[in-house]
Amino acid sequence: MSKHTLSVMVENEPGVLSRVAGLFSGRGFNIYSLNVAPTLEKGVSLMTIVAEGDDAIVEQIVKQLRKLVPTIKVKDLTELKSVEREMVLLKVNAEDSKRAEILRIVDIFRCKVVDVSVDELTIEVTGDQGKIGALVNLLTRFGIKEIARTGNVAMRRSMQIDL
Amino acid sequence: MKLTGAQILLKCLEEEGVDVMFGFPGGAVIDIYDEIPKSSVEHILVRHEQGAIHAADGYARATGRVGVCLVTSGPGATNTVTGIATAYADSIPVVIFTGQVPRALIGNDAFQEVDIVGITRPCTKHNYLVQDVNDLARTVKQAFYLARTGRPGPVLVDLPKDIQQQLAEFKYPEEVSMRSYKPTKMPHIGQIRKVVKLLKKAKRPLIYSGGGVITSGSHEELTWLGKTLHIPVTSTLMGLGAFPGDDGLFLGMLGMHGTYAANMAVNNCDLLLAVGARFDDRVTGKVDTFAPNATIVHIDVDPTSIQKNVSVQVPLVADCKPALAALKAETEGTLDEYDWAADHKEWVDKVQGWAKEHPLTYKDDTEGIKPQYVVEKIYEITKGDAIIATEVGQNQMWAAQFYKYNRPNTLLTSGGLGTMGYGFPAAMGAQRAFPDKLVIDIAGDGSIQMCIQEMMTVVCNKLPVKIVILNNGYLGMVRQWQELFYEKNYCATCMDAQPDFVKLAEAYGAAGFRVTEKKDVEKTLREAFKVDKPVIVDIRVEKEENVYPMVPAGASLTEMLLV
Repeated sequence: MSKHTLSVMVENEPGVLSRVAGLFSGRGFNIYSLNVAPTLEKGVSLMTIVAEGDDAIVEQIVKQLRKLVPTIKVKDLTELKSVEREMVLLKVNAEDSKRAEILRIVDIFRCKVVDVSVDELTIEVTGDQGKIGALVNLLTRFGIKEIARTGNVAMRRSMQIDL
Repeated sequence: MKLTGAQILLKCLEEEGVDVMFGFPGGAVIDIYDEIPKSSVEHILVRHEQGAIHAADGYARATGRVGVCLVTSGPGATNTVTGIATAYADSIPVVIFTGQVPRALIGNDAFQEVDIVGITRPCTKHNYLVQDVNDLARTVKQAFYLARTGRPGPVLVDLPKDIQQQLAEFKYPEEVSMRSYKPTKMPHIGQIRKVVKLLKKAKRPLIYSGGGVITSGSHEELTWLGKTLHIPVTSTLMGLGAFPGDDGLFLGMLGMHGTYAANMAVNNCDLLLAVGARFDDRVTGKVDTFAPNATIVHIDVDPTSIQKNVSVQVPLVADCKPALAALKAETEGTLDEYDWAADHKEWVDKVQGWAKEHPLTYKDDTEGIKPQYVVEKIYEITKGDAIIATEVGQNQMWAAQFYKYNRPNTLLTSGGLGTMGYGFPAAMGAQRAFPDKLVIDIAGDGSIQMCIQEMMTVVCNKLPVKIVILNNGYLGMVRQWQELFYEKNYCATCMDAQPDFVKLAEAYGAAGFRVTEKKDVEKTLREAFKVDKPVIVDIRVEKEENVYPMVPAGASLTEMLLV
């Protein structure tokens, strides 16, 4: 089992999200994360779906997605060179004694503090899964009180060659 | 001039050439019903919405056209779900119109409101909720287009009551253009040439034909290929009729209740040419041991069917008709220099040897009536020139095994979903399409009771469907499994408390016959088939007769229980 990132372009029509999600649940496929928003093209939305499964399962997922009438294009980005990003908001315990250290970490990871209170900091971080995983690891010891993640958005790199 | 949504809908149906729809009225579609008498579309009033959808499905299977049904919102719509799933499983083109509460009430738990678009999303090819009367004509055009193109299937259009009442200019689109829906129809010529190379190399080729051949209308191309290149042909249940059932090269069905010859051929072939078939688990048995010695070529219009259940070496995504036509064109040129008959003789002899060794048969050793005997008699009397619908279970398998289907669209059966209650209303739809044809529903005493209320529909619409009940007083197929694999624990399968089917037929205004002795089977069937109205023939068959051969679920195709 491995994670695959699928980029799915769909007609932006009522029920399309439910159609896609229903396809996964109806066949017992697991969605790890799903992100959807409109594109530049009128009436077209882009979904980024991170799904788990072996190669045969993912091949079926891709085919089934293509079979849906509102689906315009499906790409499995896993085999391609691609840029993947996720935005996460983290609310961390930050008493006075810990605050400086947390801010140092925020600085190193090029995050942003977007909300402050007497004993909490809310941090915005954008990055790939590795960076976010590392940050979450570091902040866990201070006590993460809340976390909100967008799920991955991804885009194929223009240059597919190894430099 | 502006028309109401209801008027627009009927204009659209006329534009699509719809001559009949099956339906049941209700408050949410009353505006449409108000317009029906003013249109050229005939409406057949069923007695239950399940009857409407199965009838539309039967009409579609018998004619190759799109079947249409119309029902109201809420329970009217949900009553069609079994039939929609049936059509979806067998890729049958049907368009279902459902009424919906007015848009202002949607989501408010209004009377007879249900999210039918949500409910049917997993069992339709596509579905629509029309939200603007100006979109109605385009939506109907798309619905018909989607239903019949690519891999066909049911499409549902949900029509809020206020949309039916609103006014709009009527303009029926001439063409459908959908940027997201462009099914692959034509085969890749490189792949076709690869298949021809494999065919030339193969010593033991086998064609495995499915319902896609019938749907695409490519039975002639398939028959040419089998007969000209001397390749034995086996078929799924859905594929019966695509290749002449009485031809020596035809091995019958493969799989769980397939013939010995077909299953042995699959096990021994070196090239399996699968056409419009999807390797259902009832066909493959244990997947690991399916066609162990073969290179598998798979032609299918639906890419998701390829590599789904078995590993395929040569995938070919295309409609079966142009694909088989291309194979024909590529092999026609070889006929002068290449002796296909000689090359395949040894293999054909071997396969035909298996067929002689273990033909489809049964032990006709008692005074009682064997169900297989009844099906054989139906074939003899009709000479194969009838449309046969079946219910589901033992009756279905005997109808598949002992009746020879020489033409496509002559067997109407719920293959994928296995829907009890399907056969009779489907026969009704077929009879409406072909009023002069003999249409017979081969039924069990259990499944006929699932949609028996349509007796009234066939009687008052003068649709002389013949129902032959192979009455064994059991839910026979489950009983067979209980006998073989559950130590004869016949829990909940005994159905000997049953209505008097003869009186029931008569109560509806149809004719009823009962047969209890073997000597009366043929003459009663002959008499019944001549009656110019609907008929039930209740034949009391041997109670514990089983369907053989049988491959137990999960076993290899060669592990057959024979008669």
